[in-house]
Amino acid sequence: MSENQEVSQNRWGHLRKVLERPGPFSHPEFEPSSDILDFIMSTCKVLVIGAGGLGCELIKDLALMGFKQLHVIDMDIIELSNLNRQFLFRHKDIGLSKAEVAAAFINKKVKGCQVTPHYCKIQDYDETFYKQFHIVVCGLDSIVARRWINGMLISLLNYEDNALDQTSIIPMIDGGTEGFKGHARVILPGISACIDCTLDLYPPQVTYPLCTIANTPRLPEHCIEYVKIIQWPKENPWGIAIDGDDPQHITWIYEKSLERALQFNITGVTYRLVQGVVKNIIPAVASTNAVIAAVCATEVFKLATSCCVPLNNYLVFNDVDGIYTYTFESEKKDNCLACSLIPQNLPVEDPSKMKLKDLIELFCESTSYQMKSPGLTTYINGKNKTLYISTIKSIEERTRENLTKSLIELGLQNGSEILVTDLTSPNTLTVRLKFVNNHIET
Amino acid sequence: MSSPAPKSPDQSDKSKKYDRQLRLWGDHGQKLLESSKICLINATALGTEILKSLVLPGIGAFTIVDGDKVSEEDIGSNFFLDEAHIGMSRAQAATECLLELNPDVRGDYIDDSPDHVMSQTQDFFSSFNVVIATALPEKVVMPLSRQLWAAGIPLLVCRSIGFLGYVRLQIKEHTVIEAHPDNESPDLRLDQPWEALRTHLNQIDVSTLGTKERSHVPALTVLYYYLQRFKEKHNGSLPKARVEKDELRDMIRSSLPGDCDMLEESYEQAVKLVNVCVHATQVPSYIRTLLDDEKCTNLTVESPSFWVICAALREMVQSEGVLPVRGSLPDMAADTSSFIALQQLYIKQAQNQAESVYRRAMQISRTLGQSPDVKLFCKHASELYVLRGNCISDEYQNSCPNVSLHLEDPESLMFYYVILRGLERFISEYNTYPGQFDDQVEPDVLKLKTLIGKLLTEWGCPAAVISDDRVHEVCRYGGAELHSVSAVLAGCTAHEVIKLITHQYKPINNTFIYDAITSTSATFVL
Ligand SMILES: [Zn+2]
Repeated sequence: MSENQEVSQNRWGHLRKVLERPGPFSHPEFEPSSDILDFIMSTCKVLVIGAGGLGCELIKDLALMGFKQLHVIDMDIIELSNLNRQFLFRHKDIGLSKAEVAAAFINKKVKGCQVTPHYCKIQDYDETFYKQFHIVVCGLDSIVARRWINGMLISLLNYEDNALDQTSIIPMIDGGTEGFKGHARVILPGISACIDCTLDLYPPQVTYPLCTIANTPRLPEHCIEYVKIIQWPKENPWGIAIDGDDPQHITWIYEKSLERALQFNITGVTYRLVQGVVKNIIPAVASTNAVIAAVCATEVFKLATSCCVPLNNYLVFNDVDGIYTYTFESEKKDNCLACSLIPQNLPVEDPSKMKLKDLIELFCESTSYQMKSPGLTTYINGKNKTLYISTIKSIEERTRENLTKSLIELGLQNGSEILVTDLTSPNTLTVRLKFVNNHIET
Repeated sequence: MSSPAPKSPDQSDKSKKYDRQLRLWGDHGQKLLESSKICLINATALGTEILKSLVLPGIGAFTIVDGDKVSEEDIGSNFFLDEAHIGMSRAQAATECLLELNPDVRGDYIDDSPDHVMSQTQDFFSSFNVVIATALPEKVVMPLSRQLWAAGIPLLVCRSIGFLGYVRLQIKEHTVIEAHPDNESPDLRLDQPWEALRTHLNQIDVSTLGTKERSHVPALTVLYYYLQRFKEKHNGSLPKARVEKDELRDMIRSSLPGDCDMLEESYEQAVKLVNVCVHATQVPSYIRTLLDDEKCTNLTVESPSFWVICAALREMVQSEGVLPVRGSLPDMAADTSSFIALQQLYIKQAQNQAESVYRRAMQISRTLGQSPDVKLFCKHASELYVLRGNCISDEYQNSCPNVSLHLEDPESLMFYYVILRGLERFISEYNTYPGQFDDQVEPDVLKLKTLIGKLLTEWGCPAAVISDDRVHEVCRYGGAELHSVSAVLAGCTAHEVIKLITHQYKPINNTFIYDAITSTSATFVL
């Protein structure tokens, strides 16, 4: 044995004890052997999504749990306000890619580790990229991105004669934090509850009614929203959209909000609050991120090695009052949009009254859809027809008039299938219309 | 009206860097953090990860005490040590790497064993705000815990082994003003409005309002109006039982003309407020206990300002029967001026009461000076919290009455507490971890079982309750420290330190056990 190998044998002595010795609580398929450490070091490919508060911790945790084939994907650049917790970044790194700086740091610090950075959006890659991984772990703050990667991993599943091919499953570990609270969950796509199965766990974002903001503001937030939604587009001081990272923009909104607050005798408009509202800032601290990322990394280790049974399947964490954890099994939804194989039926009460915009609103507002800007197409008499797509300007202009037409006027029938695309999934969703009062059918 | 804030306040780099955490514990919490001095004993993976989560948010300074040299196994689990450090002082190597995380933090190290430091420099550890010990053998924990107990310095003892973790907080007394409770119900005093509020609310005869005026009136005003009508009907008593609350809700609902959707918002909100806002205002029993605490009733010249203000609060409660009003009004449907007028009444009353408590506090103790805390204190009067712990040395020497009770539950993590205590005995006796050497796993299982059996007998518990599987599992680890398990514990421990320093949020009481096998945890009072 060469001297270098010996160092490495001792270096990973901690991991070798749990991987090369039998344990009463290990997975039934666990067979202690030195091959397992070899597998996680040379073969097992793990994708870390996000190189932020959770992502930095995840890469470090995984690297020290023996994983060497790591990839990290993040489209963001480093900001000053990241430095209180994203410990792989320094002041000199501000403005650089998070994924690239994080990967370089780990590769330098943890000998033998090969982190490959991807400075881009997750949507920039297709299934040929994602299917190379054994496990995907997410440290994201966006539900849309979580749903998208969830949809991607589901689209990689192979079914043969309705039976799921187990080798096509790429487990997804998802972590999230907000202040002193967090969660970690293990998703086996096609087998256990997925992100879309439990959409109701994510509360809708707080929004204020427009009439309150415009006419009867009571809170400092109402004043800030007024400036953001009404005053900015009207006065458009720089001729561009609000950039929450531009101090000039924030200062302008702060001053105008303060004026409005004074006018209504409302107190409490501060610069910090303005930033918080404009950028929708979620408080974050190093310790909670460390906990949640480490729980996720432990689950990656369990899944990759079978040395313990993985979390089944959801853990919530809160250390506001003492330290509290709660573990439960979230349930797979039979008619889940993303992971069930059941076609989605959409009951329609009165298709002659329901307008296309009502249908789109339903896709956005309903807890089981929660879409962002759905694009709708259908087949009428075997021919493809675009109903409405907002994301492409020319098509939006051409299809805008459809919004105020009823489903009947658009030629839709009971049983018509609508193909819906949205930011929340890489897959097209097929929704079949079910006219409840079928007498209007033409 | 408050004076207008300065135009375009320049945000300092520091407040930008710490923005995401300042939204949690505020500038006042940050100030305490930045003046704190933390000591870490042993720069294990667990230890350095704890310091990492303290250096990043910006503690004042840290000192690492560790007499060990960096080993190959260290670099496999500890992010702050790498191959170049092998053979170097572990304290020094870790200190240098941790300091890179945050230029605002100072750090130094002592390359010496903690027991030697303790014997050489008396009271060395008492000069810190918090002391954290990881992988410290029982024979050193004992005198350290006694010394810090006597000095009133909080001590956290942590251990990470395989998939298991242990955090024990030793603290004599810890006071919390801002507990940040999760679901706080509003403090509105509808059952006993003070004069200004009563006058204001009585001015509005909700039943005679026109359609337009009705859409402007705050939900609270609606609720108060119908509450008065209810009380008139029921000899002045508040609705208590569910049927009575239903009756009040019906009174509010039925007052609405059926044809008008526009009005429903403030009325619907009034209906919803019945459950959280209609109750007799009381001083919560835990606050009564706190105000009757000896520390509060027998002040001395050394009494900390917390207890001086408590004593002033006690006087106020004795004369008025209630705590100061919190002074905040939840948002509710209303036009701006009606809402603001109502809100101002709550703010004003909170101010008056805080001033009254401040005056009483000044009378009690002239030395209180210009304590800025009284307003904050009054605002959070219903969340005040005192934690009194016990000394680890006492716990380790005495039998633990709580243990056997928990052991009746076969799923209880108390089993791991017992095993970890056995593990500490094993380390003291044999100077290695159970299962450290591949050929000693089985013999060590027997030795560890014997030690656990002895412990249980000392505590008067049946020895048979600890399953062989669990003992086997711990011997399988052979003292291994798994980085991701340590990182979970480290995050938790660092957060407890932040709670202790900022006096915000409630710390653990007092022993936290983490089981990464099942991803569960439990907290026990021992
Ligand atoms: Zn699903």
